[in-house]
Amino acid sequence: MMKNLVIMTVTSALLFGLVIAGNTITIKGSDTLVRLGQRWAEEYMKLNKGSVIQVSGGGSGTGIAALLNGTTDICEASRDMKEKEYTLAEKANIEPYRISVALDGIAVYLNEENPVKQFTLAQLKDIYTGVVTNWKAVGGPDARIILYSRENNSGTYAFFKEHVLKEEDYADETQTLPGTAAVVNAVSRDKNGIGYGGIAWAKGVKYANVKKDEKSPAVEPTIVNVTDGSYPISRELYWFFNGKPAGELKKLVNWALSPAGQKIAEDIGYVPLSKELAEANMVE
Amino acid sequence: MSHFEFKPKSKIREFLGEKIIFLSALSALIVVLLIFVFIFKESIPIFTDPEVQQEASIDKMTFQQQYYKDKPPKWSWQPNSEVPKYSLLPLALGTLKAAIVAMLFAVPLAVAAAIYTSEFASSRFREIIKPIIELLAGIPSVVLGFFALIVLATVIQEALGLTFRLNALTAGIALGLAVIPIIFTVAEDALSAVPMPLRNGALALGANPWQVSLTMVLPAALPGISAGVVLGFGRAIGETMIVLMASGNAAVISASFTDSIRTFSATIAAELAEVVFGSAHYNVLFFIGSLLFVFTFAINLGGDLLLSRLKLKLQGRSS
Repeated sequence: MMKNLVIMTVTSALLFGLVIAGNTITIKGSDTLVRLGQRWAEEYMKLNKGSVIQVSGGGSGTGIAALLNGTTDICEASRDMKEKEYTLAEKANIEPYRISVALDGIAVYLNEENPVKQFTLAQLKDIYTGVVTNWKAVGGPDARIILYSRENNSGTYAFFKEHVLKEEDYADETQTLPGTAAVVNAVSRDKNGIGYGGIAWAKGVKYANVKKDEKSPAVEPTIVNVTDGSYPISRELYWFFNGKPAGELKKLVNWALSPAGQKIAEDIGYVPLSKELAEANMVE
Repeated sequence: MSHFEFKPKSKIREFLGEKIIFLSALSALIVVLLIFVFIFKESIPIFTDPEVQQEASIDKMTFQQQYYKDKPPKWSWQPNSEVPKYSLLPLALGTLKAAIVAMLFAVPLAVAAAIYTSEFASSRFREIIKPIIELLAGIPSVVLGFFALIVLATVIQEALGLTFRLNALTAGIALGLAVIPIIFTVAEDALSAVPMPLRNGALALGANPWQVSLTMVLPAALPGISAGVVLGFGRAIGETMIVLMASGNAAVISASFTDSIRTFSATIAAELAEVVFGSAHYNVLFFIGSLLFVFTFAINLGGDLLLSRLKLKLQGRSS
């Protein structure tokens, strides 16, 4: 009697697990996007009882690797896939299908006690490649600039490297931290620190305004300035699928791109796509 | 008074029992071997594949490389770059620096505590203090890392006026906290195991308790204490979470202990989850893993050999 009960319980638990696993949508990838992914998942699951969505972070590189290894349905990425990754996808028979789901600005974080208020893109490049090492060169106190960055698997790291450092290497002394929250935390505790990350994150630090060059006005990293393109360091945030999404995945992504989905993104501090861009990305 | 009656067992059962126990012991050895084989296998392309060697050969990982024509040669760890850079030297130096700080901090404290606990403490005090120090071993390393990141780093930076908040010193001290219980446990056991006749003889000859402890007991327990130190060093080299959070993870080559460091273990932890399967970066990370495995294995083996050799010497035999 006892033995039968145990067998039945174990079998039903296994079957239940299989059923859940079968209907689960896995989303992995960018730490910049993970809050948005989680929020969208929560709201979507409320509207569609019966769907199960699991969201985790780990960095854009982690998500892309998961897509190539077949261990995720959707890969969140704050950067495009590199040529090397597209080649590896071909070899693994994966067809990456890219959809823009939101915009993001990369803000430069400064400690609240730091008197510096703005940088040109060229100054930022010099600071992060180690050419400029003292705050007094950019209008601050006479102190060493302490560089904080994301780890090299981060899409934010890669984007900053491509667009601000122009593919030059970060200075050797750049300290790397796991996740944007850790970068914000580090800068908030270090009055000579500088860091960067998505604009949806900062608490306890202040933002620096960025000028495209000496003559341009200094632009604040706000949602409006990213949507209209005036903030110089901005990018599209992507969802990558294996092949054109269909069924539940298609429903999910079209809902995320709808005005309702984009409003949710804006509410939690992300920059929504313009109406035209959202419609262009929807899946037929 | 009860007595036992042993019934004659069948020869087959005895044979099977022996073989099963033997296989269990063998399986531990096999598992360790298989782990090493798997890890090393993933790094073989470094030695065989010319495409991988373009980016990361043994030569490129050890010596300074001139990556750009207009810049001087240097050691650099920057795997995600237009020109990927895989120098292992900054990482090796970082690992060593953290371990050295940890040992300098932990060994005096742990050995002193062990001497006090085994030689001078009352037995009631010993029963309280031993479990408390061993409780340190129960603190998860991520908690120690978090403590170092939030509290220790600020305290040290303000006390010493350091430029970098996250550096080898901070990470090393937190690492030392994790290593202290290991050294303490082994050292205390070694000191307690020194036979009473040795102490009693010294006391009878007129030595006071301090002299007995420092000139008779300590040298006799040295093999055990050294083994504890070696085990602690092995742990300090391989510890991951503490250095990942508190060392700054910057791959620099410098002599200063107040600069940031990047260790082997933190590199693997931070980069392996992302790396593109089968790429040169992937191979290099597994190579680093093999290095860590071999190095800690050698340290522990060396420690054991040292222990047995010294034990024999103290017992008056030569081999």
